[in-house]
Amino acid sequence: MTALRHRLADRGVDRNLLLLLPAAGFVVVLFVYPFLYGIGLSLRPPEGGPLGAYRRFLTDPYLRDTVTTTLGLSLPAALLNVLASVPIAYRMRGRYRGKRVLTTLLVLPITLGTVLTAQGLLNFLGPTGWFNRALLGAGLIDEPVRLTHNYWGVFLSLVITGFPFAFLLVSSYLSGIDPTLERAAATLGANARQRFRRITLPLLAPGLATTFCLSFVLAFSVFPSAVLVGDPAGETRVISIAAYEAAYVQYDYVLASALAVIMGVVELVVIGLVLGWRALLYTGSTIGKG
Amino acid sequence: MSGTGFTELRLDRVSRSFAGRDALAELTLTIRKGEFIALLGPSGCGKSTALNCLAGLLPLSRGSIWRDDVRLDTVPPERRGFGMVFQNYALFPHLSVRRNIAFGLQMRRVARAEARRRVDAAIRLVHLEEHAGKLPGQLSGGQQQRVAIARAVVLEPSLVLMDEPLSNLDAKLRLEMRTEIRRLHQTLGLTTVYVTHDQEEALSLADRLVVLRDGEVQQVGTPEEVHTAPVNRHVAAFMGYRNLLPLRAAGGAGAGIRVEGDGISLVGTPVGTVAPGTGVLAAARPEDLRIAADGVPAVVEVVEYQGREVAVEARTDAGTPLFLRSAERPAPGDRIHVTAAPDRLLVFPGEPG
Repeated sequence: MTALRHRLADRGVDRNLLLLLPAAGFVVVLFVYPFLYGIGLSLRPPEGGPLGAYRRFLTDPYLRDTVTTTLGLSLPAALLNVLASVPIAYRMRGRYRGKRVLTTLLVLPITLGTVLTAQGLLNFLGPTGWFNRALLGAGLIDEPVRLTHNYWGVFLSLVITGFPFAFLLVSSYLSGIDPTLERAAATLGANARQRFRRITLPLLAPGLATTFCLSFVLAFSVFPSAVLVGDPAGETRVISIAAYEAAYVQYDYVLASALAVIMGVVELVVIGLVLGWRALLYTGSTIGKG
Repeated sequence: MSGTGFTELRLDRVSRSFAGRDALAELTLTIRKGEFIALLGPSGCGKSTALNCLAGLLPLSRGSIWRDDVRLDTVPPERRGFGMVFQNYALFPHLSVRRNIAFGLQMRRVARAEARRRVDAAIRLVHLEEHAGKLPGQLSGGQQQRVAIARAVVLEPSLVLMDEPLSNLDAKLRLEMRTEIRRLHQTLGLTTVYVTHDQEEALSLADRLVVLRDGEVQQVGTPEEVHTAPVNRHVAAFMGYRNLLPLRAAGGAGAGIRVEGDGISLVGTPVGTVAPGTGVLAAARPEDLRIAADGVPAVVEVVEYQGREVAVEARTDAGTPLFLRSAERPAPGDRIHVTAAPDRLLVFPGEPG
């Protein structure tokens, strides 16, 4: 037994890694198999050859445009979530009184869930919600601003539910950056802006790339809010709605599978681009002592 | 903002408190251009607080800092023109050695050609020519420390602040870098404030020492003054007076004073006023006690080989431990007599109460 362990160690294999096998099996059964099955299914349409479902997707604007609609929602929402997290998390570094309360408040929307958020948005931003009533009452507008059941409703919902994730991730990346580095930069003549730009930001950038990828994936699979606070037949007809309709309204599993595969491919392309950019960055230690 | 043309830097009652407690109380000190000052004391004595106050990384609670007639304590750190070497080096991990060293020059918008020349000179100064293109993570601890020093001195700062720069290095490297730091200080004509808890480091490097305890200055003086004439028991204890004997003053004995108690009777030199009959603390370094034919009887307990000498721990009949060094080599269990030169046994007045 010892000999086996040594032989494995010689090849750089830690025997404890074998403990990962059940998890790997789980992934194969619950993810890889359905994924491959879905791909296979998408290639067996009743007519039009193996790529028939994909051809239909490309030629039917009602289907094809769901990709741009989804990207149009998820890319700006993920970007905003990451960019808004940076200054807030940056200001909230270090130890001080009330930090925990503040963090809890910022992270609370995670616990709400999309449906509750949608409910809140409808009550607050709807045509007869507080927001519009306040603006009307103040005489700032003559008729209610439309912020629900359209693009902006879904966008706001994505920001509300996505921001806490981005904020938590960015905070943890920031806390891994040695604060002495900025102090050193200060003694070398860098002002606050230069310290952030030249020291903190480059060390944070790989973390921002990862955060963006995760935020994007979360936003890309938007479904409930696109239905509840969006315009699911029009400007917020995202790809997951199209897939749902194909599968459970038209019972066209081939098309639904094709849409799911397309979803995955689009996500992979975006993540690949971002990670490709990340690979160009410095991704080593973020403390001053190597 | 280059401040090389100054004559002195004054700290006027510089104080800093945390949560109502003074971490540094009323530090008043004049640093002359070209001086090497060591702030010395055990951890928590306020030495790092003093350094951070000087650097501008920590605002003062009270007091002021002046460079000639320019008030500095209200100037942000990036405009003070001081260089600082941090305990953990604080090298920018994403920048090469060269770009770490060039960072301060870039911030000061030094022209490219001039910056290149100065960075090259700094790299040569710390012997890192072959490593200029590497990232800090690829360097050893000693090399990283040299980058940190080069980065601070390349700006020709009016003052270089060093925060325990050698504490993360192993013993051999520490000695080498110590010499290196002193050499740089001299050849570049730097003014240096150096924080350490290592008395040997402070004594060997500094022109003047500031000994701190609980945020308060205990003594300011040359290494020799602090080494041979500590002003109080705390400085003595910190400067290696390992034998601290609570005794009683018996009366004058020539130029000195006789101290007694627990079977010990020795003659020492009073520091301050010591009234006969009062409790005192007699302090001596191990190297100032010696084995003699006559003196305090004691039994050898531990003998440590230390090259040319041995370190001996003995115990008097009353149980008081004595630490001494000896050229001859007694064996554990031997009965010896210990004595001290009167001028090397310092007698401090007892603490009130």
